[in-house]
Amino acid sequence: MLYRETGQFKTSYKKDMAIFPIRQDRWAVVAMLIFVVVVVPLIATEHVIAGYLIPLLIWSIAAIGLNILTGYTGQLSLGHGAFMAVGAYAAYNLASRIPELPIILVFLLAGLIAAIFGVLVGSPSLRIKGFYLAVATLAAQFFVEWVFATFSWFVGGAASMVIDTPKMAVFGYQITSTLDNYYLILGFVVVGTLFAKNLVRSEIGRAWMAIRDMDVAAEVIGIQPLYTKLSAFAVSSFYGGVAGALYAFCYVKSVDFTAFDLFVSLKVLFMIIIGGMGSILGCFLGATFIVALPIILNELMHLFSGQIPSAMLSNIEHMIFGGLIIFFLIVEPHGLARLWMTAKEKLRLWPFPH
Amino acid sequence: MSEPQADNIILGFDNVSISFGAVTALTQVSFEVPEHEVVAIIGPNGAGKTTALNVINGVYQPTQGTITYKGEVRQGMRPHEAAVQGIARTFQNVALFKGMNTVDNIMTGRNLKMKSNLFMQGLYWGPAQREEIAHRQAVEKIIDFLEIEPVRKTIVGRLPFGLQKRVELGRALAAEPDILLLDEPMAGMNLEEKEDMCRFVLDVNEELGTTIVLIEHDMSIVMDISDRVIVLEYGRKISEGKPDAVRNDQKVIDAYLGVPH
Repeated sequence: MLYRETGQFKTSYKKDMAIFPIRQDRWAVVAMLIFVVVVVPLIATEHVIAGYLIPLLIWSIAAIGLNILTGYTGQLSLGHGAFMAVGAYAAYNLASRIPELPIILVFLLAGLIAAIFGVLVGSPSLRIKGFYLAVATLAAQFFVEWVFATFSWFVGGAASMVIDTPKMAVFGYQITSTLDNYYLILGFVVVGTLFAKNLVRSEIGRAWMAIRDMDVAAEVIGIQPLYTKLSAFAVSSFYGGVAGALYAFCYVKSVDFTAFDLFVSLKVLFMIIIGGMGSILGCFLGATFIVALPIILNELMHLFSGQIPSAMLSNIEHMIFGGLIIFFLIVEPHGLARLWMTAKEKLRLWPFPH
Repeated sequence: MSEPQADNIILGFDNVSISFGAVTALTQVSFEVPEHEVVAIIGPNGAGKTTALNVINGVYQPTQGTITYKGEVRQGMRPHEAAVQGIARTFQNVALFKGMNTVDNIMTGRNLKMKSNLFMQGLYWGPAQREEIAHRQAVEKIIDFLEIEPVRKTIVGRLPFGLQKRVELGRALAAEPDILLLDEPMAGMNLEEKEDMCRFVLDVNEELGTTIVLIEHDMSIVMDISDRVIVLEYGRKISEGKPDAVRNDQKVIDAYLGVPH
């Protein structure tokens, strides 16, 4: 009863090709937007926003980036942390060396610099595929970590190699409070999500998926493999770069190469695997799963903190987390987004499944 | 069949040979494909039929010989360049994009014609949106023509084989090719599906004037729909001509039935 398309006739291709063709989906998106823009700041404590929601949103942007490359174009990458690091360092250098630059422009330029780096890293993808490409991107990961660990020019010569980010202002308004940061990130998330959603339903998105599903046939119908793969790398690392810059400026408030190590690359990869390859919604579900689940588990474990030693508690926490990942992958190997799709299809027919 | 326009050759093979290591797949094959005709390539398994198609659309480069297309000798053409020049094809084992639905699969066939840049597509605004909608209209015509409206939004991996073949034909047609290469378009179909497919192929040929080169094993179909038949055996051309002439060619009968020793 809740989720019915009946009676929603599309009378033009424009309506049929709308971003959310089903009315209930549009409502859901509007409700979600109202919730995050109006309700969340009213009910959530500063601790929840700064500690949970901000990282969740930033990881979602990073996951969208990797999903475009791996989920939509089929190019496995273990170097997403490197793209984030490039974005963070680029943003720091732009903001500190050219203070006149508006901060939003700084983030976008940082994304562009990461995109250029991504194209360089992706250039072997025409020749190598699958695990071999993954190893090539892994090399980028280690190279970037080494560069930022070695050359202090990138942090303006600071000896500690970890440096605080400069203050930010949007149109003269100083970004200081947690809520300011939250809204800034939210803006990037909303625009970035719409942009990505539009890309994947357009010509370029179809070219990406064509390369993923059958690259020989894609080339035969006139899709240029080089341009298609490199554009996926560029867009992917743009999102990674913006996410990295936001992570440094709005979350940890410092630039530190150790924050973007291999584990970060794997973490984003887990997000899209669990959330759903080739799904924008899946990026959010996956990021929520990876970011929120440990926190929820942690809270639950605190209930037992009297009876069980804390070291054992933390181990149990990790075991449950790992177990849940395996559980979800067995239930639905295509990720949470597919689970949601299946649920939607069932709801559409309910209560008459035949 | 459309009016054959004499001497208007769209594609010519001149002494084309291709070998992979020690294996020679085609040996000095020469033939010509006149514009607007339906040409069938037949031959026993392993005769080099699919290789011939792969050479035509640039997947393989010939080791020797020249290919003339639209009056120009081609050299080192990549598959996507062939697509730009109006060569489209289907594959023996359906090569659809399995994770995408029918509309999107056929839309990819029109990717070549789309001009919006990545940024405009990301905004999905103005010209980019108009372009998407215009091409969607063209795709809907193809869907209508191939009678696959009910599966428009179905992921093609879930479609039965016969329909997948039809979607693949649609994807090739979406590029509005000058020459259409069909690699066993009726393999694995029942009689009714074969008849439908024949009708589509002939309609394309007659209404759009598309030149068609097809590989097919069902001789009754080949004899019925083609204007000209080329017979390959062990990578060599052993016969060529009108269907009736080829049918009665002793060499062809020997190739198919075997020669008594």
